[in-house]
Order: sequence, then C-alpha cells, then structure tokens
Amino acid sequence: MLGAELLLKCLEEQGVDLVFGLPGGAVLPLYDVLRKSKIKHILTKHEQGAVHAADGYARATGKVGVCFSTSGPGATNLVTGLATARMDSSPVIAITGQAASPFLGKDSFQEADMIGLSLPVTKHSYQIRDAHDIPSIVAEAFFIATQGRPGPVLIDIPKDVFTQKVTEIKKPVIRKSLLVKFKKPQMDMKLANMAVEVLKKAKRPLILAGGGVNQVAGASELLQEFAQKNEIPVVQTLMGKGIFPAKHPLFLGMVGMHGTFKANWAVQNCDCLLAIGVRFDDRVTGSVEDFAPLAKVIHVDIDPSEHNKNRVADIPLVADCKDFLKFISEKLWASKGNKEWLRQIGLQSDLPKIDAGRSLEPEGVMELVNSLLDEDTIVVTDVGQHQMWAALYVHPSKPRSFITSGGLGTMGFGLPAAIGAQMAYPEKRVILITGDGSLQMNLQEFAVVKQWNLPIKILLINNGSLGMVRQWQELFFQKNYAESILEVGPDWIKLAEAYGIKAKTFDGFKELEDALGSTFNDREPCFLDIKVNPMANVFPMVPAGCSLDQIWGSWKNEAHASSIG
Amino acid sequence: MKHTLAVLVENHPGVLQRVSGLFARRGYNIISLVVSETEDSSISRMTIVVDGDERIIEQVTKQLNKLIDVIKVQDVTNEDTVDRQLLLVRVNADNPAKAEIAQLMDIFRARIVDIGRKSVIVEATGDEEKIEAIIRSLQPFGIQEIVKTGICSMVRGPK
Ligand SMILES: Cc1ncc(C[n+]2csc(CCOP(=O)(O)OP(=O)(O)O)c2C)c(N)n1
Repeated sequence: MLGAELLLKCLEEQGVDLVFGLPGGAVLPLYDVLRKSKIKHILTKHEQGAVHAADGYARATGKVGVCFSTSGPGATNLVTGLATARMDSSPVIAITGQAASPFLGKDSFQEADMIGLSLPVTKHSYQIRDAHDIPSIVAEAFFIATQGRPGPVLIDIPKDVFTQKVTEIKKPVIRKSLLVKFKKPQMDMKLANMAVEVLKKAKRPLILAGGGVNQVAGASELLQEFAQKNEIPVVQTLMGKGIFPAKHPLFLGMVGMHGTFKANWAVQNCDCLLAIGVRFDDRVTGSVEDFAPLAKVIHVDIDPSEHNKNRVADIPLVADCKDFLKFISEKLWASKGNKEWLRQIGLQSDLPKIDAGRSLEPEGVMELVNSLLDEDTIVVTDVGQHQMWAALYVHPSKPRSFITSGGLGTMGFGLPAAIGAQMAYPEKRVILITGDGSLQMNLQEFAVVKQWNLPIKILLINNGSLGMVRQWQELFFQKNYAESILEVGPDWIKLAEAYGIKAKTFDGFKELEDALGSTFNDREPCFLDIKVNPMANVFPMVPAGCSLDQIWGSWKNEAHASSIG
Repeated sequence: MKHTLAVLVENHPGVLQRVSGLFARRGYNIISLVVSETEDSSISRMTIVVDGDERIIEQVTKQLNKLIDVIKVQDVTNEDTVDRQLLLVRVNADNPAKAEIAQLMDIFRARIVDIGRKSVIVEATGDEEKIEAIIRSLQPFGIQEIVKTGICSMVRGPK
C-alpha cells in the first residue's frame, strides 16, 4: 500500500466522505489514488474556496471538514481559511502536499514552510516524515480538531511520503499526554455552587450566550429551559445566533457594536451576567473596562485561557457548557420574580420599524427573508453591513444554522461556506446573504454551485460599495469615501448566467416580495441581485472603543461622532 | 514581577518555534529561556523566565498549556528551587591583574579558564544574584565580553 492510499483509508475510517480541494504537483500521487476510495472530492476553483467550504461543512454539521491542497501557493492559499476557522473554533483539517523530503529546506519549487505559516492560525500542525506515522497522526489530528474547544489542524505531507510503500500498517495511537490534555474537565463544584448562590441573589440576572453553546449538541435546549423556568432574559453574540427562539419575550437579541438597544441596555444594567461559551471580544464588549459595570460575572467556558483574558470573571468555571447547564438547572428551576427587571428592559427601544413599502431598504429585505425561513433553513453570510443586518433581522431557529465569519471577519467566506453547508445537507434550504464586495472575493466558486446543482439562494445585497467601510467613512472620516465605492461592478446577471445560474435583478420591494417565496422553494441555484438603498447604514451602533451605553439609534449626533472619529 | 516557569515539552523539531512564537504573538516578555533534553530523551525541559503581573502569568501558563506539544507547565517562582546560570566573561588583565582576579574569583568559587596575553576568561555558575556580583567585581578591570546562559531551575527535594 502507498502512503497516499493509507491516508485515504485513515480518512475513511474517521468517517470522511467528502473533501474539498484542488490538485497540483506535490499531491498528484494522492489524487492519483483518490478514485479508488469512497471519498467524494469537490473541485473548488481556488484553495481558499476549499478551506472555507470545509469550514462551512464543519460549522453546519459539527463534524470535521477536510480540504486538500498542493504545496507552495496551494497551501499558502489556505492560510486565510485556517485563521477564519481558528477564530471561530471550527474543526477543519487541511492536508497540504509538500516538496519531496530531499528537497526540503532548499527553496525548492513550490516549497513553502507550512508549519511556520500555519502555527499561529491552527490548533496544531504536523509534517509527516514517514508514511508509517500516517494512522497515528490522522487519528491525533481528528482528536485535536474536535476535542475541547474545536479548531483547525494542518497536516503537511512531502510528495515522497505519498508514494512511500507502507510495509506495515500500524494501529493508530493517540499520545497519552493528549488524552490528558483534552479530558473533559471536572467542574469545580465549589465555584459551581458559588454561581448558584450569586444567581439566587441576583435581582437583575442576564444570560450572555456565545458560539460555545452552538458547538455542543443539546446545550441550547437546556439553556432555553433554564432561562424560561427562571425567567432570565437572554442576549447572544454573533456566534451564538440560533440558540434561542427569537420571538420569545426573554430574548433580547445580539449584544455589542451592532447590538440591539435592549440587549446592550440589559448588559450595562444587569447585576449578574452568566456568560456561557463567549470570549468577550471587543466587538461584543466595546470598551471592556465599562462593560457590564454592575455585574458579577460568571464565565463558563471549556477553554481556561478565555477566563480573565479580556474581562475578569468573578466566577471563572472551566466546564463543558452542557454539564454546567444540567447542573444549574437542577439547582435553580423557578422564577424568583424578575418581573420588574423584565419590565425595565421592556421599556427600552425596539429596532426601528422599517417602511419596506417604497424604497428597497436592506432591513426590509432581511425581514422579508426572515418571514420565509423554515425550521431547516441555514443562513450563511459574508462580511460587512449585510452581515450585521442579517444578524439583527434574520433569525434561524436552530443551532448551527447561522454561519458567518465572526472572529476574523473574512470577506469571501460566504459563497464557499454556503457550498460546504449545502453539501452537508442537500435537503436543507441554504440562503447566502452576501455583498458586492465580499462576493467578488471568491466568486469563482459559482462554478461549483452549478456543477453540483446546489440549490443555494444567493442574495446579493447590492449597494455598489464596500458598504461597511463606506459607513465608517461617513461617520468617522467626514464622508471621505476613499476607495470604498465599487465604481465598476460586473453585470451581475450576465455573470451569474455565464456560469449557467438563474439570475434576476430587483429594485423594488414589491417585486422581491412576490418572487422570493417561490424562489426559495426552487430546487435550483438562484442568484438574486437586490439593489438596496446605497446610502443605508447599520444601526444601532456603538462606535469602536466606546462603552455599550453610547449607542446610536441613527445618525444625528455628528458633533459626538467627530470627537471619536 | 519575574516568574520562572518549568515547562515539559515533547522533544520534537519545531517545539521551540511554537513556544517562542506564542510569546512573541501575544506580546509576553521573555527574559530568558533554556531548553535541554531530560532524562527521557523524548521529552525536553524549558526553563522560561517571564516578566508580567499575575494576570499575564495566568494567561502565559494557560496559553502554553494549550500547545499540543506542551506536557506540563509549572510556575516554580514561589517554590524552593536551586537556580543556576553559567557566565563566561573576558576581562582585561595584565600580569599583576591576573593574580588579583584569580584571588577575587576564589571568593566566588569561580575560576579562570583561559589566559591570554592581556586578558583572562572567567567561568562562573550561580544564581542571578551571584552572577551579578561577579560581574560587578570584575568591572574595574575592564570587561571585554560577556556571555551568559539563561537560568536553569530545579525544585529542591523534600527534606
Ligand atoms: C478579506 C477582507 N478584506 C477587507 C475587509 C474589511 N472590510 C470589512 S467590511 C468591508 C466591506 C464589505 O463590503 P460588501 O461585501 O459589499 O458588504 P456591505 O458592507 O456593502 O454589505 C470591508 C472591505 C474584510 N473584512 N475582509
């Protein structure tokens, strides 16, 4: 058996049936034996597409997403995707070819130091020097990617290792130190009981849930039950979308820079913040010194390094969030009268009602999309204004059903991630909400959509600009729109049609409303070019570095803005 | 405050890069770092002296623990330890000074290991304080060159 065959066998044993990739010299021996295996390979048109697709697959399923690339430029093209996966704790495994062993370290053709390049953006990285190590390294890579806080792993394989004859297939062994490292943490019961006491005493408790809750199957149900029985309101980070029913009166929406009035107000006024699976990112906290100033913070996370990193916790608990929620649900299971607190929150403004009737306002488009979601819809976004509008107005009701690049904010993530999600769940409806800037960063993947007839609904929120950049320039740089207007865009309809994808432009709300329902039920790819108001801005907004109290509902207070800008 | 961390790591190529990369990336301040194989050749030991307040040291420790190749991190700052550094220093020395330096170094249990025409090389081991004291005592002669290792640290056995 060759190293390449052994690799595929090990991947199969890990349950891999789908990989995304693009071949080249160093991985030719791997691609040569690919068709002997049961693994389906999706040929993306750029390695960045492959890694984001694997990431989309991983986020939608919770299983490892796998991508292949050749050495050198193929491998370096994965770096953005690995960093994206790392920031959002997504279990991706990248297998990169490498120059053959005798050529290593000599600046050989298509040699790139992938260990060095990937170190800061992966959970771990391996280079295989002997094909006999393949079973153990693959087993460890899958173990590392999925255990504890998930994350990406890179396996770099020199060309000659693919062609090496394997004389003996060794049993995979995971090092003992790793088993210890990733053993499920035993909750510190003293701290856990302290958390119970603090919650009992709290008059204005609040739950802040993040991506960590989305990661653990069954955790969101427990959280919902706990919050409802105890009548504790819930706010969520961008990565926490989908963990709580948006229509529920206890749900206050997203917190942070583009958080809702209610969510941000509740954070600033709560006396106890139960933060689960969050990392207090600056887009969430604003000025971290002023974040939740009155609150005792109970911080539950599986990754101990998140405790006291950004916000010091009064009670830092290292735990699987499901274990914690089970424990706390047994201790606290009745409301202690949070009526007054809930009433005060209720007095805070809702998001402004949009008159969607006349112009095509992006918020109105989002509300329309939201009204058409079904139980199984997966919403994928790119990065920019459209992402924030989607976060504020589009609420899929299940975990893992809002897929977005949160931590790294990677434009170009959307289309390939949507491909990954749709490949994982061919029956589900996948909606991509993207912008004309972001889509142009990976639009070569239209070809994949067409080739596999993926019924993704591509909603282009077309504002003719790098909208989020334009918004900041309007607000903080005296309307100096330096290089944020996309003066020459493609003819989007022709472009989509060039790939054989059905496409239509909308400039009025009524037509969109009439068309969207039936489009969503189509089993074909479809591209919708939605020409929204190009000057629309995302509000509410807390300017960067300000406390969450300084929230703007609209753009009026120019004197204040210029003092910050 | 300075903290001394004893870190056991897998003896793989690239481990040092992972550890030093972590410090650089997150802006932690390494004062010294010593690596060597342990009694078990598959495991290396690093003694890292790092400067920072409690919160930074907590982060350093936790981030180190997250590295796959790190087996164990122990903050030995408040432990009873034997700390040693190796010092080599070349000092200006004419013939009369050579004798004087030799005498002086006796007090520190340091020794002259090379004699040149107009200089000597002194070798010394000891904890940081002692090494500092030796350097100070040699300064009047005129120091040409100093080479020091980082600090190696070992927790004392129970008495
Ligand atoms: C790869 C990458 N480059 C640059 C940025 C900075 N950036 C953030 S949002 C944005 C504009 C996004 O434009 P578009 O996709 O059209 O979305 P819109 O904001 O208009 O909805 C830019 C350039 C980024 N996040 N990612």
